[in-house]
Amino acid sequence: MAKSNKPIVWSLFAAGGTLAAFLAPVLVLLFLLVALGHPPALLGYDQLHAFAAHWLGKIFLLAVIVLFLWHAAHRLRITMHDFGLRQDFLVAVIVYLVAAAGSVLTLLYLLRI
Amino acid sequence: MSRKPYVRKVSKTRWYFKHPRYLRYMSREVTCFFIGAFALLMLCTVERLSEGKAAYESFIAAITGPWSALGLTVVLAFALHNTTSWFNVTPKAMPVQIGEDFLPGKFIVGAHYAAWLIASLLILYFAQVI
Amino acid sequence: MKTRMVQMEVLRYNPETDSEPHFQHYDVECKEEWVVLDALNAIKESIDPTLNYRWSCHMAVCGSCGMMVNGEPKLSCHAFLRDYEGVIKVEPLANFPIERDLVTVADDFIDKLKRVKPYLIPKKDQPIPEAEYKQTPAQLMKYRQFSMCINCMLCYAACPEYALQPLFLGPAAITLAHRYNQDSRDGGRDERQEIIASNVGVWECSFVGACSEVCPKAVDPAGALQQVKVASTIDWFKEHLLPGGGK
Repeated sequence: MAKSNKPIVWSLFAAGGTLAAFLAPVLVLLFLLVALGHPPALLGYDQLHAFAAHWLGKIFLLAVIVLFLWHAAHRLRITMHDFGLRQDFLVAVIVYLVAAAGSVLTLLYLLRI
Repeated sequence: MSRKPYVRKVSKTRWYFKHPRYLRYMSREVTCFFIGAFALLMLCTVERLSEGKAAYESFIAAITGPWSALGLTVVLAFALHNTTSWFNVTPKAMPVQIGEDFLPGKFIVGAHYAAWLIASLLILYFAQVI
Repeated sequence: MKTRMVQMEVLRYNPETDSEPHFQHYDVECKEEWVVLDALNAIKESIDPTLNYRWSCHMAVCGSCGMMVNGEPKLSCHAFLRDYEGVIKVEPLANFPIERDLVTVADDFIDKLKRVKPYLIPKKDQPIPEAEYKQTPAQLMKYRQFSMCINCMLCYAACPEYALQPLFLGPAAITLAHRYNQDSRDGGRDERQEIIASNVGVWECSFVGACSEVCPKAVDPAGALQQVKVASTIDWFKEHLLPGGGK
């Protein structure tokens, strides 16, 4: 019985889950404030652009988006299995492709700023 | 004497309705829909940001409003559910042994909540919300 | 002595005559301090001697009497009648084939326990010690909790992933492997990793946590499995990233 390669996606899932546990509520709150018509100063164009232009801001945004995507992708794979959708290989390919595409796009967009 | 073991069927799609603990598990797992959706929202934000001021500001206008607020409130609820369920299980995955004793789980969980509160307040401060 | 009439619905199955299991109703006079097992014994002694079920110690240490009581995996010697109201439903332990009445086929579980090599494997190139192995209390605490398993199979009955994927090694077997991996006297971790780090090993677990909720000995198999995941992940990175595989 060969050792699984799941550790690679599981570590992304665990890292993303931990980051999401700490940061997702406050980040969602920032967007919720926008929706409620009280946008935080940081989400104004000038301030956010300045944040994303700085290499530290890029690293933060890249880490958050990429890890959230991979966390959600792996957990979605497991959840689909739990909901009765048993074609695990197909589901895995789809979710990881979306996460990978999202990761690449995030990097590309950030590099444009 | 003949043997004829009987195998009881389990529903692959409805097993989690059989017990509240399974429903609690599924509620924890479906937080991934919302974390994933939020990640995609952040991705869109970054994309619009890279397109310039006009594009970004029309995006902000598009996500302002009652439906958006409702959706983000739902996302916030599931994000909080992920946070609490994640912190509560951390001591099991990474027990801290000191000599012959183990650090009680509540210290590890408490430290996580403290760090979470500090991180959240720092970000709110940085975003000039507080 | 205070007694009350307890109503029970017990799942019956006779492989020689039945095509399917069916419930049989019993009304049994029970003492207030009795457990479900006492009620079953009373049924067998005075009402229906054909009822089959496993039991032994009657004190929650042998692991023989696992069954579903009102849909919850329990040791029947550890399920107090005073905690139940109305009709008590008793069924064989979930996720195992039914042999007869409340007796399940435990072969899959026994097979999985054996596969994880649940015995001390001497460290490589270590001469057989002339005296006993020494182990400090701190070293003992690293695995002691996981050695408390009584092989009662309640965790397998609770685990939905085992229900959905019968090839899954399951909570108790992997916890047992972890118990030996954590033992300072043991050198067999690499061998056990081949088995428990496979796709039907720990990676089938999605941390539902039901196993730890039903465990009568507070072994916390869910915790053990997460620790195995962390250790296996560190292994994986060492093997794939370090020259020589980190050995």
